[in-house]
Amino acid sequence: MKQTLIENARLVDPVWKQESEKPSEDRGFLGALLIEDGKIKARDDDALDEVAKDALRIDAEGLVLAPGLVDMRVQLREPGEEHKETIASAIAAAAAGGVTSMVCLPSTQPVIDDVSVVEFVARRGREQKGCKIYCYAAATQGMRGEQISEMGLLQESGALGFTDGERVIQNARVMTRVLTYARGLNALVVQHAEDRALAEEGDMNQGEVADRLGLVGIPAAAEAIVVERDLRLLEGTGGRCHFAHLTTEAALNAVRRAKKKGLQVSCDTAPHYFCLNESALVGYRTFAKVTPPLRSEADRKAVVAGLLDGTIDCIASDHSPQDQDSKRLPLPLAACGMIGLETTLALCLTHLEDLSLAQIFCKLATNPARLLNIGGGTLQTGEPADLLLCDPERRWVIREEQMRSKSKNTAFHEVEVRGLVMKTWVDGRIVFDRNMESG
Amino acid sequence: MASPQLHLVSPNKAAPRASARTRDSKPSAKVVSKKSKSLPFKHLLGIEDMEACDIRTILDRAEYYMRSGRHLKRCSEALKGINVINMFMENSTRTRVSFELAAKRLGAEVTSISVAHSSIRKGETLIDTAQTLRAMAADLLVVRHPHSGAVQLLAEKLDCHVINAGDGFHEHPTQALLDAATIRHRKGRLEGLKVAICGDVRHSRVARSNILLLQKMGAAVRIVAPPTLLPDQPSLHGVDVFTDMREGLSDCDIVMMLRLQTERMQGIFVPSIREYFHFYGLTHEKLACARSDALVMHPGPMNRGVEIDSILADDLGRNLVHDQVEKGVAVRMSCLELLSG
Repeated sequence: MKQTLIENARLVDPVWKQESEKPSEDRGFLGALLIEDGKIKARDDDALDEVAKDALRIDAEGLVLAPGLVDMRVQLREPGEEHKETIASAIAAAAAGGVTSMVCLPSTQPVIDDVSVVEFVARRGREQKGCKIYCYAAATQGMRGEQISEMGLLQESGALGFTDGERVIQNARVMTRVLTYARGLNALVVQHAEDRALAEEGDMNQGEVADRLGLVGIPAAAEAIVVERDLRLLEGTGGRCHFAHLTTEAALNAVRRAKKKGLQVSCDTAPHYFCLNESALVGYRTFAKVTPPLRSEADRKAVVAGLLDGTIDCIASDHSPQDQDSKRLPLPLAACGMIGLETTLALCLTHLEDLSLAQIFCKLATNPARLLNIGGGTLQTGEPADLLLCDPERRWVIREEQMRSKSKNTAFHEVEVRGLVMKTWVDGRIVFDRNMESG
Repeated sequence: MASPQLHLVSPNKAAPRASARTRDSKPSAKVVSKKSKSLPFKHLLGIEDMEACDIRTILDRAEYYMRSGRHLKRCSEALKGINVINMFMENSTRTRVSFELAAKRLGAEVTSISVAHSSIRKGETLIDTAQTLRAMAADLLVVRHPHSGAVQLLAEKLDCHVINAGDGFHEHPTQALLDAATIRHRKGRLEGLKVAICGDVRHSRVARSNILLLQKMGAAVRIVAPPTLLPDQPSLHGVDVFTDMREGLSDCDIVMMLRLQTERMQGIFVPSIREYFHFYGLTHEKLACARSDALVMHPGPMNRGVEIDSILADDLGRNLVHDQVEKGVAVRMSCLELLSG
């Protein structure tokens, strides 16, 4: 394979030390990067020394070259709900959003709780030759929350971790066993933290807005209760526990305390939890109905604070495609979720102004890659050349009809954002080039 | 974080409400009684979107119809040629019949359909059903639905007038209007009155609409309920909250009782019916805490021995329940006429 040399780029690698910089002044380091055989071969002067004569040269003046996004929470609707999203459409969306690896939830039909389904998803991913597709397997059989799944076999076949998707592992005894058994495999257990009894009949966050709209509220405590319980269990079981899409100050405080104690705990959030609050549901906007629900303004600020102080390790898109028929309903009947593969980076760059570029890419790429042990997420030599080139200042308007996902359920329709992905590479091969796109 | 973010906090705020206060630009060919004014909105979805002057317009017109009463013959032609469809996706007798009578008295063509909730779920979606009815040239759709926001959704998708006849736990605007008409008829005013709304406020669209309306019209509203049946943040409604009924009723002019949905409440929100009745059932003895001329209201149907004592339920000197039903027709005539006018 021919070499590729990307020159004059602003390299952003979260692994490099850049403590002296103020976040707002982080513009990356001007440099060059050489790609060979799908790997990062050399950087800067070394790159210029080692570049072959026939190498493809790309002048990236003014653009940021960063590790491609590792999106650790994506719902693929294949197998089972291909009318909402296929692996092919998700991969197209991912490439345009700079996502080079994504991890899908087991909440497909059938549920990913069997080796054959893990292999099916992996094969469909390979056939598409785009973004790398990984999956979590169900922590319990059928995601029913009763008996633990064949974690060992599932891990051997490629499952990166264990979760019951958008269902909480509610039974404390089952959760104890999941954590304990997963410890033996050094596997990550991902929990959707929402107490079922408090949340199951709810439509949105409990509070003034829910009251006004006549909708049933889900208290913020539903999240903190599960987080606090699992942390208590984790103290006994050991192992690695990850809380997906945290949204409340109380839950983040619990995680903050647990990290201080030295527990192996991590967590993520999604862009809509730091860009939007519960008022996005005013007018019964079902596109803003997500699980867990959009919270109060105070909780939204707490999520931003959690990102700033490092309590929140990762940002994932929480991509959940839902078709018109699932959303164009009275709000209590509408399905939860919004798409995000294409908009995550721009929403982060637009709304996390107090974070440096390096910090943002750390949460979008480096940290998830480390937690999941899949390599990448940095620009270090020898790492896979999973990269994105973006213009962080370029303004554009999110339009649902232009989304590549099969479902168009974004609450950010017609919102102006900053930061546009220009090119994406996976294993050194270009999978997205905006200049080649029509229009 | 920095300010640019804040505009995003509610991207939908700018989105026009279905009930935006703009007149339908289509010129109306309908003949409208000269005495009536019209309303500055196309749909009647909730009290929240209404101004005090709109409420007054509706009540004034309703008073005209109250005076004409049953003597008004069916030959009134205010809505002649108008096709009104009542779409009730939840059980209802009095509201549906009230709307039917109101439309008929104004000369409209009326069709009522009741769709059991289970069959909506199985078959056609709500929007498809409504579009089918619209295709049958409905000019005005009166909708009741078990889910909050469903009526607004329809209003956004259809180009005919839509009246909310109750949606989930959200609003029931014509009930609040008829309650206001009843109070005004008896007390001569709304302003300055003390009104206690008692019972299952949490799950009541009637309470929600009444609180909004009475506050807009200058009445002082208080709510009385066991803590489990209060809204999560009652203080945000700007009402005084009481969990003791005698305290809550003291010095009140109007006591509005709400229906307790007994089948859904027992052991969940309240321990038992007899405990509820003991503390929150309205009796002559508890009513004595209110002003001596205080009147009792109930949106019906009453649960005797649950939220109201049977003897009081029959005391038509104090209890306006039949009055409310009667005023209901006049108020709905007023709403139908003003909206489609």
